[in-house]
Amino acid sequence: MEMQQFYYDNKIVKKFIYATLLWGIVGFSVGLLLAFMFLFPNLTDDISWLSFGRLRPLHTNAVIFAFVGNAIYAGIYYSLQRLLKARMASDFLSNFNFWGWQLIIVAAAITLPLGYSTSKEYAELEWPIDIAIALVWVAFGVNMIWTILQRRQRHLYVAIWFYLGTFVTVTVLHIFNSLALPVGALKSYSVYAGVQDALVQWWYGHNAVAFFLTTPFLGLMYYFVPKAANRPVYSYRLSIVHFWSLIFIYIWAGPHHLLYTSLPDWAQNLGVAFSVMLLAPSWGGMINGLLTLRGAWDKVRTDPVLKFFVVAITGYGMATFEGPLLSLKNVNAIAHYSDWIIAHVHVGAMAWNGFFTFGMIYWMVPRMFKTKIYSVALANAHFWIGTLGIILYTLPMYVAGFVQASMWKQFNPDGTLAYGNFLETVNEIVPMYWMRAIGGSMFIVGAFIMLYNMVRTIKSGSDVTDDLAEAPALQKVSKYRTKGEGWHTWLERKPIKLTIYATIVILIGGVVQIVPTLLVKSNIPTISNVKPYSPLELEGRDIYIREGCVGCHSQMIRPFRSEVERYGEYSKAGEFVYDHPFLWGSKRTGPDLQRIGAKYSDSWHLNHMYDPQSTSPGSIMPGYKWLVRDQLDKSSTVAKMKAMVTLGVPYTEEGIANAQQHMTAQGTQIEKNLYADPDFVKNYEADKKYAQENGEPFIEMRNREIVALIAYLQRLGTDIKVKDIQAALLTNKK
Amino acid sequence: MSVIYLLLTLSILVAIIFFIAFIFSVKKGQYDDTYTPSVRMLFDDEIVKEKN
Repeated sequence: MEMQQFYYDNKIVKKFIYATLLWGIVGFSVGLLLAFMFLFPNLTDDISWLSFGRLRPLHTNAVIFAFVGNAIYAGIYYSLQRLLKARMASDFLSNFNFWGWQLIIVAAAITLPLGYSTSKEYAELEWPIDIAIALVWVAFGVNMIWTILQRRQRHLYVAIWFYLGTFVTVTVLHIFNSLALPVGALKSYSVYAGVQDALVQWWYGHNAVAFFLTTPFLGLMYYFVPKAANRPVYSYRLSIVHFWSLIFIYIWAGPHHLLYTSLPDWAQNLGVAFSVMLLAPSWGGMINGLLTLRGAWDKVRTDPVLKFFVVAITGYGMATFEGPLLSLKNVNAIAHYSDWIIAHVHVGAMAWNGFFTFGMIYWMVPRMFKTKIYSVALANAHFWIGTLGIILYTLPMYVAGFVQASMWKQFNPDGTLAYGNFLETVNEIVPMYWMRAIGGSMFIVGAFIMLYNMVRTIKSGSDVTDDLAEAPALQKVSKYRTKGEGWHTWLERKPIKLTIYATIVILIGGVVQIVPTLLVKSNIPTISNVKPYSPLELEGRDIYIREGCVGCHSQMIRPFRSEVERYGEYSKAGEFVYDHPFLWGSKRTGPDLQRIGAKYSDSWHLNHMYDPQSTSPGSIMPGYKWLVRDQLDKSSTVAKMKAMVTLGVPYTEEGIANAQQHMTAQGTQIEKNLYADPDFVKNYEADKKYAQENGEPFIEMRNREIVALIAYLQRLGTDIKVKDIQAALLTNKK
Repeated sequence: MSVIYLLLTLSILVAIIFFIAFIFSVKKGQYDDTYTPSVRMLFDDEIVKEKN
């Protein structure tokens, strides 16, 4: 047998580890800042790029794609080479993957605080960055598959199956969820509207959890846990069975994020059924991971790496037990929109992804730098402070979610809401927000301890060099019968396979051609009262998207008595046909806004946006002072309306031509309404006078951003008048 | 709700891809031995240089 010598690329792994450490600290820090903004809402008062709505997507993206993303790459680049007994196929692609990904993260860190956001959760980045993500991701996949083709070990270890499944599925999800029509360099509209957009978004959103936060980490688990314990995996057969069942079931579970919404019931129930089934393959992985440590539990006492792994896998088990539970409609009715979900995702993110990554780093760094860990005591300290941090973070959030949801649903004997003022339910759980912030602080202190420990370890070690390895070349399976046969000749001998492949190709083509037509057609409104937004309302909606209002306010009233009583008539699918993108939201830190239109006066909205505590004492909403000051950019309104027409929104040519006049007219009307407030008149006239005397340019109120936002908010949910519908139903019956 | 056709097609497509991969891997004998691989991965191929 011919022995071949080759080098494992350790330098690329080192780079990804550095990036993981850096972005981890950044992502956690932004999260901590957000946690403190619940306690001090005006912590970053009047700094638009540090406002809650814009930082929330930065936190989620930084943790998911920067911290966990780089950890995935580090772990895969390390384990894949060793499992295949081959160096990565292309150093160029490896480095393209690394630098491209970091560039994307930097672009995200700049654009998100500046308000360039699609508002679709975990897919907030605008279209040019989406294209870059697709390119870099495909480069990663090509490099991986190319390396597999050059392997020196014919058998593919189960971890590699998980990596492959991750690559294929994330590619499909990312591309189809990000389909959008650009209207500028950093602005686009989702091609889907309303209910359809919601379904695609959560089909993606849930699978982002499944195929970015779960499958790659299960693969990493199957490499690093046996390695660290020096024990083979408990059951290799189980790993294969749970891999295939997991990837087949996971992709259908998305609709459980939309229970009791306007999504058709059958789609909701489909999501529930598959979510419940998911328990089996998920726990298959959890059990297999933990049982790998059978007979090695004594090592867990002394080895910090294994400690991290044990908590990580336990966290995975808890999160995947809770997942199916939360998918049950009666449980979801309580948990949805509440802090329960925040607790749920942080068990997954902090324990499963966070702790697994920490364990992986503690294992890889000493090996690659050919040294010993600087301080086992510090690693243990990190473990304990981190574990306590997770507990102190999540337990109060479970309590907060349950308490608040119960208060939302509480009725007095006379049939009125027991807590009619939403703020009462918020102020009740502020102590829980305090505990969460403390738990989060502990978690981040642990991360800093790790950073220090790793810096000292790296300094004490030698430079990272590529490891020389030796393995026999892969023996070709040669059958004289198939000698010299090309792939297509082979395919031709397999009529069934040929048919399947051909069908796939046709399906892809068909989907690309047929779907856009279907989508536009189905956007025809089913409720005749529902009309497209006026140009000013459309601009106001874009401000709502830019400021990330959707992070704290839902626009989806579920058909419960408690919600109808509090917010108004429950939401209908037909109301969202012009919503590109949908803005249903997934969290109610503040109340639902679906029927906010015409509930308050224009000047109430202005005062509330400028200083929320002035109109709502005790509110934890931050002020949006810049909206009241800044001029509305009307330069692309026409382009936006034309894009909407392309997506099936029936704006007339005349309407588009008169957009500017219409905006001024609607703005002037709102300005006039604002004059009803004497305080406003006093301040506004004083500002005007001051500007005139000092020769400064003055922006008329009708041209400011706040007016557009007020126009949008006052329109929300007003198309449907319940009485009209009831009347229509009655006439239909006759 | 016609977007469901898109999602169904894509989901089934991905499922078919995985299914083909599954059949292919079974036929290639990837799962004939469900014990050795779990032990094999524990061995390193790096050539460890003796420290002086």
